[in-house]
Amino acid sequence: MAIAEQVNPLVEGLERLPVHPTTLAIFGGTGDLAHRKLLPAVYNLAHEGALPERFNLIAIARSDIAHDDYRSMARESISQYSRTPPDEQVLSKLLEQVRYVPGSFDDDSVYARLGEELKQFDDEAGIVFNRVFYLSTAPEFFPLIVSKLGEHGLSDHDDAEVRVVIEKPFGTSLAELRELNPQVLSVFDEKQVFRIDHYLGKETVQNMLAFRFANGLFEPIWNRNYIDYVQITAAEDVGIGRRAGYYDQSGALRDLVQNHMLQLLTLLCMEPPVTFSADDVRDEKVKVLHAIHPPTDETVPNIAVRAQYTAGMAEGKDVPGYLEEEGVPDDSHTETYVALRLEVDNWRWAGVPIYLRTGKRLARKITEIAVQLKPVPHLAFQAEGSVGVQPNQLIMTMQPNEGVSLSLGAKIPGTRMRIRPVNMEFLYGTAFLSQSPEAYERLIMDAMRGDATLFTRDDEVEAQWRICDPILQEWSHEDGPLPTYPAGSAGPEEANRLLSEGQRWRAI
Amino acid sequence: MVDAGGVWSEQDTTPGVIEEALRQLLREQEARDAAYAPSRVLNLVAIVDREWRGEILNRLERVGRYHPSRTILCAVESGRRTIDATVVITADSQARPGEFSLTRERLVLDLGPRHLESLDTIVDPLVVSDIATLVWSPHGHPEAVDALLGISQVVLVDSVNEPDPASAVARAVQLAERVYVVDLAWLRSTPWRERVAATFDPPQWRPELARIDSVTVRHRPDSCIAGVLFCGWLSSRLGWQPGPLVSANGTLLGRAHGRRQDVELRLVPHPGQSVPGLAGIEIDTASGMKIALDRGPGGLTARRSDRHGKVSTWTVLGASRGEAGILGEGIRQALLRDPAYRRTLERASVMLG
Repeated sequence: MAIAEQVNPLVEGLERLPVHPTTLAIFGGTGDLAHRKLLPAVYNLAHEGALPERFNLIAIARSDIAHDDYRSMARESISQYSRTPPDEQVLSKLLEQVRYVPGSFDDDSVYARLGEELKQFDDEAGIVFNRVFYLSTAPEFFPLIVSKLGEHGLSDHDDAEVRVVIEKPFGTSLAELRELNPQVLSVFDEKQVFRIDHYLGKETVQNMLAFRFANGLFEPIWNRNYIDYVQITAAEDVGIGRRAGYYDQSGALRDLVQNHMLQLLTLLCMEPPVTFSADDVRDEKVKVLHAIHPPTDETVPNIAVRAQYTAGMAEGKDVPGYLEEEGVPDDSHTETYVALRLEVDNWRWAGVPIYLRTGKRLARKITEIAVQLKPVPHLAFQAEGSVGVQPNQLIMTMQPNEGVSLSLGAKIPGTRMRIRPVNMEFLYGTAFLSQSPEAYERLIMDAMRGDATLFTRDDEVEAQWRICDPILQEWSHEDGPLPTYPAGSAGPEEANRLLSEGQRWRAI
Repeated sequence: MVDAGGVWSEQDTTPGVIEEALRQLLREQEARDAAYAPSRVLNLVAIVDREWRGEILNRLERVGRYHPSRTILCAVESGRRTIDATVVITADSQARPGEFSLTRERLVLDLGPRHLESLDTIVDPLVVSDIATLVWSPHGHPEAVDALLGISQVVLVDSVNEPDPASAVARAVQLAERVYVVDLAWLRSTPWRERVAATFDPPQWRPELARIDSVTVRHRPDSCIAGVLFCGWLSSRLGWQPGPLVSANGTLLGRAHGRRQDVELRLVPHPGQSVPGLAGIEIDTASGMKIALDRGPGGLTARRSDRHGKVSTWTVLGASRGEAGILGEGIRQALLRDPAYRRTLERASVMLG
């Protein structure tokens, strides 16, 4: 075999594998996401020496500014939001490779100029850079930009890989998704498309895979014979802040359930993949989504509860209700809380309710998965004088304190055989030296490397929408006031009706 | 670092007493505030000369986020016959509501040279069981390191500090027979190795690996071993059979037998360099391609010229880690495994005769 076809013999033992020289083009380069996340992530990768050996960045946005003005803007963003204090020399060298293309996304001259800038980078270096187009714009521009990239011959290259990263939301309904997906796939192949869900870039979420598939202890009980029910919670203590424009159009179901929470569900319920390649992992996740029956008009009221927060107290301060928030219409029906009861109808999970809940202005910020095991079949212990034997509960916490906790029954010291639950706790932070990289750092590198494992595939997004869309449809026909919950509380009373007898929501 | 509230010290003490005191401090701290959780990643046993104790403690404070969970600093004082000990529990920061803060334990033992050959009997009761133990002895004391090999899994060395490259490699080989060795001299070369690997990674450049006919490595005068390790690495990865290096006017020269042609190796001291390690690399190929990497602002300055003389220059971005960062990286690497280092040592041994 020729050496060019072999694995590069120099990479053995290296933690950072080489990535082909790349030009990253960010559409929406002056936007909030670029400002707070993307540019700082690129800088941190540069600081760590993790960027490709040669790297260029082109920002595309409407503001009519010069290259240098954009560089100053980028310097400011990086200085303000980078997790590493910027090294002046690294930052200056990085910014030397940054260019700016002004113009609106429907303007053909923008794409012509973009093509020229890409070619100029190639010509100056004497190599052809891979190209990653990052669509960090409002979703209505996705089809337009994709189509223009195709029209201008920028969607592929004979001598380089061309990829497109598309931010969420990838469609705001099943119908929109079914319109958008073919538009994107008429220009790019699926293997070129990286639909981002930054949640998947978090170490904590990836740890779910390690927890489940690197430990033989849990797999034998990971099924309907031992698991009573599961609760997945993504609670936020903050309100909508200044995002009324976005949030009132979106709501909790679109904002968190359709993507992040269903991703957690799939990672929790999926079968072990044959390998950890992108498609093997995603195949297994899609199977889980397909095993959840899409709700119908009749079933939605039984499996979904929505609510809005009213005025209350958070962190010791009086806070307004959702309808009093700046920019929210007085008659808004947008949900700030949603709870679902889903079932994964397959051999492993049939009959195990999986509860999802998320909301704004809840009692505290926490993301966790609670797996409630079935009670032991025979209780030979005294219940009197103690809380008695409780079923084991396995809690996987994603934030704020990432860890795993297992509740066990233990004997209360004394002459009598009385039992109460105790917790065996493990905190990831106590066991690792390394600080987790920002999700966007990981995902940008993966996109440049062409590894789609942590990105959602077309059929995966469609399967997620098949679950959420009927709920949104049904809610859109309901006119009455939404159930409410006071800010700072654990959510609406109505959520309790989703639970089976004897079950209760975990305290937030 | 903030004081998590636990300090204990005693003169003329014993390991059993120290261990009991440490457990008591941990119990008291847990009872005082459960928001502080003890880190349980790595034990570090450092053997240092008493007069440099403060300097080493300062170095360990500056390792960034890679602090060991429990540091046992054995400060060796000439003529001392008893053990004095101080135990301190520190936290990364004050715990915020709803979150936890990590705590770490630092034990400073003042002891004498007579204790070193049986240092394992002193240290063993003091390490956290079931997590890895890393031994670091920056001021020599090889007998102390040897005594601890049975209770440790990793030894941290800096081959640059050995008297000469041959003894550095011999010591590393000897240690690697029994434990995993992390060599700071090797870690300093990581960005260089990554960049050379990246340079030849594109399929159109990879065939040039088989055509390399000359490698020149410039290094700080006291860091010759860094150059030897770099050439050893290329030899092991590319299947070269190196011969012994010979000295000529301060430069080490040698040849390695490659599959297609011999490769000329040159290790050249570079007095202008202030920090330990490599100063620059040049790799030439038989087809006329030349790759050069040099330290520069904001990273490594790379220069490639092809056989037609066309030159391309760019900066491979990366911030300098500094010596504190290198030590932190050494601590982090104690929990990883790099198979390339041992194979590199084998080739380096041959090159150094």
